[in-house]
This record gives sequence, structure tokens and C-alpha cells, in this order.
Amino acid sequence: MRKIDAIEISDKVKSLFLEANFNIGEDVLEALEKALKAETSKVGQDALKMIIENNRLASSEELAICQDTGLAVLFVELGQEVCVVNGDFTEAINEGVKAAYKDGYLRKSVVDDPVFDRKNTTTNTPAFIYTDIVPGDKIKITALPKGFGSENMSALAMLTAAHGAKGIVDFIVDTVRKAGPNPCPPTVVGVGIGGTADKAMVIAKKATARSIGEYNANPKYAQMEKEALERINKLGIGPAGLGGNTTSLAVHINYLPTHIAGMPVAVNVCCHAARHAYGEI
Amino acid sequence: MSQEIKITTPLDESAVLKLKAGDSVKITGYIYTGRDAAHKRLFELIKEGKELPITLEGQIIYYVGPAPAKPDYACGPAGPTTSYRMDSYTPSLLEKGLKGMIGKGLRSKEIIDSMKKNKAVYFAAIGGAAALISRTIKKSEVIAYPDLGAEAIHRYYVEDFPAIVCIDAFGNDLYETEPPKYRKE
Repeated sequence: MRKIDAIEISDKVKSLFLEANFNIGEDVLEALEKALKAETSKVGQDALKMIIENNRLASSEELAICQDTGLAVLFVELGQEVCVVNGDFTEAINEGVKAAYKDGYLRKSVVDDPVFDRKNTTTNTPAFIYTDIVPGDKIKITALPKGFGSENMSALAMLTAAHGAKGIVDFIVDTVRKAGPNPCPPTVVGVGIGGTADKAMVIAKKATARSIGEYNANPKYAQMEKEALERINKLGIGPAGLGGNTTSLAVHINYLPTHIAGMPVAVNVCCHAARHAYGEI
Repeated sequence: MSQEIKITTPLDESAVLKLKAGDSVKITGYIYTGRDAAHKRLFELIKEGKELPITLEGQIIYYVGPAPAKPDYACGPAGPTTSYRMDSYTPSLLEKGLKGMIGKGLRSKEIIDSMKKNKAVYFAAIGGAAALISRTIKKSEVIAYPDLGAEAIHRYYVEDFPAIVCIDAFGNDLYETEPPKYRKE
């Protein structure tokens, strides 16, 4: 067994959420620069320039890229030979989130009850943690501050085998079309296919954290990603939804085995501030 | 389209009527902030015929819940939030003389009808450009509902706040007119 102190987990989680909120990834910046060169709409070009300038400013002054610093979502791979000491695993993660959102001047956007009082918890916790137990003695953490302008545009379809790949791509494109300007395009579109209704959405969210430019390792799914992206960028929605050729920067598909009777498809939309940071302990 | 216009708050009807969908604007003066929670409270007060904590006549409301300000900053990152969440409350505010709204994303037909009737304009700010936009916010103070935290009504003094006239007082809507020009389906 490898002993890992809870405080180490808190410190790592804190640094990852600060990193993700201040510094957009190089992959996103490159995709935005590329989009700027290809964009033919003047308003679209201006919007992309502002977005790029904003990302640079946020990074250089350690400011949040977007005021919606999101719900704190984490994907954790916990090595089964790890023993967490001097504290509780979940609590350690929440402590790290609290510290990042307090010390980083990040907005606290969590309400305790979704329907009635909607009182702010003032700490941006609880975090939403997806843990896989894996072989080994490491803890691998992806921190994903998820904004809700884009989250609200997510959709689930319980398709059947008869819909095929075309039915899936139609649903992805349709979801982006309906979202229009609301999710802060150009977006990164995460798609989860298979599993159960709930699992499809989880792997869709995880797909939003993949680096832009990386395709699914299965060429058939990579082809669907390319097709969906091409069709989305013909919708004309454009940067900020004000018209143009750049509606999404990428479509990322994850898939899983599923039941003989079904083909769940989940679309989880992420804004152009596709923030995520990865670290290991 | 796209003349660049400098405007100052408060807005009167003639200033509103000069603005056309597609114009780039730079806004200077005082503006107010409000999101869902603050809108709900204003809406309830109007419904009950009670006095509001702010005068809406000629004013602009910016749909924003800013991040906290770092020391030595007037305001934390403050980009627009999605506007449709305010739609059910907005017509009452327009009836009370609100002349401008800044946000991002689609508005309902009911809002556009109310904007035409009450001569008001909807500006789009660039979502996710929060740090950059906050540089144009020179002063920030909480005016009402401090218990709402980031959702409290703030009064900002802004200089050259960048926005685009998205829906004008004649009902022209960029979200309707622009994407078809680039559609290739």
C-alpha cells in the first residue's frame, strides 16, 4: 500500500482548479487561432479576437477566464493500492475546491437545494466526483470547472440500433442547432454513446475534456466526429452566435458497450472556455 | 450594418431608436446588474405594486453575476450570462421604463414584442470574455439584495463597455438574420 496524506489531495485539487480557471489549454488557443483565420464573418472575427485576448489576459493576470467558474467536476482514477491517511478522500477533494474558489477569487455558484431555497453554499462545494478504481498506486485527477450556460444545452436521446450512425450525427447536430447562441460558441461538443442513460452523459462530459485535435482511436467513431463537426460548422451560428463558420471547435465521442435493446446518446456541450487540468499524485 | 456608436446612460427613447441591430456600441455611464434571483424579486415587487430598490426609467440592466474582485481591482471577471432565464420577468421591467438589457443568447417572441412596444434594445456582450470586459468596469457597488452575493444588484460605472446591438427597438434580431447568411446545409 502507498499512503497518501489527505492534505496532498486537497493541495493538488486546489492547484488544478486554479490552473483550469486561469489558463486555457494550448489546444483550445490553437483551435481558436485557426478558427480566426478561417472565419469569414466580420462580427465572428471580432468575437474570436476578444475571446483570444481575454484568454491571454486571464492567464497573465491570474483572473478567471469566465465569471462562471462552474460546478467543480472531477474525474478521478484511484489506484487500488492507495491508502488515504489523515482524512477522508471526498472531504479532501471538497477542501481543495473550497480553497481554490476562495483564494483564486472564483465565483461560488452552488445552491444547496435545486428547487426551493436555492441558498448558495458559499464554498462552491459539493464537488461532483466520478471515481474509477484502477490498478496501481497513483491518484490521477482531471479537474473540470463546468459552466452552466453550456451545460443547460445538454441533451439525451434513447435511440435504437435502427437509427445507426446517421441518426446519432443528426441528433448531435440538432442539439447544437437548438442551442444556437446560448452555450457561448464556438463550443466543444462531448458525446457519449452506449452504456446506460446516466453513464452515457458521464462519458459525454469526460469527452469535453479531451484535447482538441485528438480523435477517437476507433476510426469509425473518429469519422463520426469529423462528420458531425463539419455539419455543425455549416449551421451558420458562428462565434457568439452572431453568424459565421465557426460554431464548434471539436466534437469528441466516447462510447461503451450497451444493452441489446438500446443505443443511448448523450450530448454534453462545453463553451469555448473548455477548461480542464490534469494532475497525478 | 455595423456603425460604431458611443452611447451614454441613461438612455432616452430617441437614443434607443437610433440604434440598429448590428451596430457596435461602446457604453459609458452607470448600468445595473441583475440575474434570475434579483429579477424574481423585482418582478414580485412590481406585481404587488410596491416601490423598487432602483429606478428603472431609462436604465440598462446587465445580466451578470461577477466573480469576486481581486485586491486593487474595481470588479472581478464579469461576462454576460444567458438571457432567456430572465424572459419571464422582463416584460414587467420594460413596462417600468427599462430601456436596455445586456446579455447573451436568444430572447423569446414575447420579449421582442414588449421591446417594440416599450422602445427598448437588447445588447449582446461576448460570452466568456469576462476578464477583458471587466476592465471597462471602473466602479462597482452593491445597491440592493446583498444577501444574493454575486447575484445582488450592483451598480457599475462603465467606460466604453463593448457590446453589439442584437435586437433593436424595431424587432430586428441578429440571431435570426445573421446565421442564415453563413448556413450551408
